[in-house]
Amino acid sequence: MPLDVKDGLKVWQRRDRNSQLAIWAVQFAAVAIFVYCWQLISDKTIWMFVTDAPRQAADMASRMMPPKWDYLSTLWIPVWDTIAIATLGTLMAIVMAFPIAFLAARNTTPSKTFIRPIALFIIVSSRSINSLLWALMLVTVIGPGVFAGVLAIGFRSIGFCAKLLYEAIEEIDETQVEAITATGANGPQILNYGIVPQILPAFAGISVFRWDINIRESTVLGLVGAGGIGLQLNASINTVTWTQVSVILLVILGTVIVSEWVSAKVRHAII
Amino acid sequence: MLRLDTLVKQYKTGDLALKGIDLEIPDGQVMALIGPSGAGKSTLIRCVNRLVEPTSGKVSLNDMELTTLSQGRLRKARRRMGMIFQEYALVERLTVMENVLSGRLGYVSFWRSYFRKFPQSDIDEAFRLLARVGLDHMADKRADELSGGQRQRVGICRALIQDPELLLVDEPTASLDPKTSRQIMRLIRELCAERKLSAIINIHDVLLAQMFAERIVGLQLGEIVYDGPPDGLTPDVLTQIYGEEDWEATIETVDEEELEDDLVGEETAAGSD
Repeated sequence: MPLDVKDGLKVWQRRDRNSQLAIWAVQFAAVAIFVYCWQLISDKTIWMFVTDAPRQAADMASRMMPPKWDYLSTLWIPVWDTIAIATLGTLMAIVMAFPIAFLAARNTTPSKTFIRPIALFIIVSSRSINSLLWALMLVTVIGPGVFAGVLAIGFRSIGFCAKLLYEAIEEIDETQVEAITATGANGPQILNYGIVPQILPAFAGISVFRWDINIRESTVLGLVGAGGIGLQLNASINTVTWTQVSVILLVILGTVIVSEWVSAKVRHAII
Repeated sequence: MLRLDTLVKQYKTGDLALKGIDLEIPDGQVMALIGPSGAGKSTLIRCVNRLVEPTSGKVSLNDMELTTLSQGRLRKARRRMGMIFQEYALVERLTVMENVLSGRLGYVSFWRSYFRKFPQSDIDEAFRLLARVGLDHMADKRADELSGGQRQRVGICRALIQDPELLLVDEPTASLDPKTSRQIMRLIRELCAERKLSAIINIHDVLLAQMFAERIVGLQLGEIVYDGPPDGLTPDVLTQIYGEEDWEATIETVDEEELEDDLVGEETAAGSD
């Protein structure tokens, strides 16, 4: 009852007393939990390591310097592999995500009780497993190499693309669909004329965004043997050749910057 | 002739939108459907082409009962009913030409429509219609580049290229300025006369309804409370349809002479928008 009458005056407050007290109680509890956790973490921390950290970091940085530039020449093929894994994986994912998204969207699914839950299950299971874990499993199943990487990236991206796409499908303007339906168009025609034009910008944006993410993810797939520049990274770390590690990190940084630039440009051009 | 027989629509929420409507629209008649928001105007015209499934009752177009048709036959029947929408309902990211040609979707196969390979006769007709409404130079523009009045003209072309017998028009002027509203209403009426179409026009604007329709049906809470000529709309009748208000300023006796003048000026007006 935010509205109150006091001495014939109508007093308005945002909340009444009880909900205001409840909000304060929640805020107090949040602060208390934060302080308690802080205490807990601080007790379990070995502060000697923390105080030592700047020295360790400086030591590692000095071992990385100077980067071993002539190592670059052996990196071009792995960089190419990395980009190929990301691109092919993304392509595979969007081809499969497109129909799944239509099966999952409330307004286009053929059956809300049977097919939609299956489509949602595919989306959730694809999303719940990180690409590194997908790669780990696929390397055991089909052996190490670039192909396992492509599949890992693809499987992880299906859920991401399909989820964002089906949300876009559910947000379309239904009157445009109604208008196409009213002309006597059949189901596939309604899809082609009434729905697809409306989600095309979202579809393109999602694909490029995911490609950009996948470039970053595919740089580490080599750690578990699924091809790409991660293989070299793993090898260099294992042999403690920090001057090579620094070169690889710089190359990854460069690749990611370029991919972000490309995806920003493309998205800008489409939308 | 379109015939509604004790048409009832009850929504899942329990709202009774139409309470047994009986209505007959002879060929070539332009009828305005007026009534307050929520009276069931939109529901009524959507029950005709079954964008909304009626709960009970019959709808028949030229003795073909629409209410019992299978999905396939219904699609064929929908080709005979053109629909024009309040917010134009053009597919915004398609071109004007694609929007007009989408009116032919019921006549061409999926693959032809997918590759935009419409028969030349359809394309000719599309250009003819666009020229008729003064938009032939806009064929390649995307629909979202057009102004409100232009979009509604494209919507009219899309409905007419279906070669319909009946136009279902849902608030055609609700998003347009007063001048464009009149031009659009005049265009609809003229095209109906040219092609001997009957039309149901849902409209909020009583004055426009009086100016451009030959028959007015007043709907209130799902029931017909007035059915008669435009000049029969007295303050009493309007009070019955909409509720108590001062109606004197709304009602105007339609000036026949002025209307004729407007008709002469239409060609230039259509092009100038």
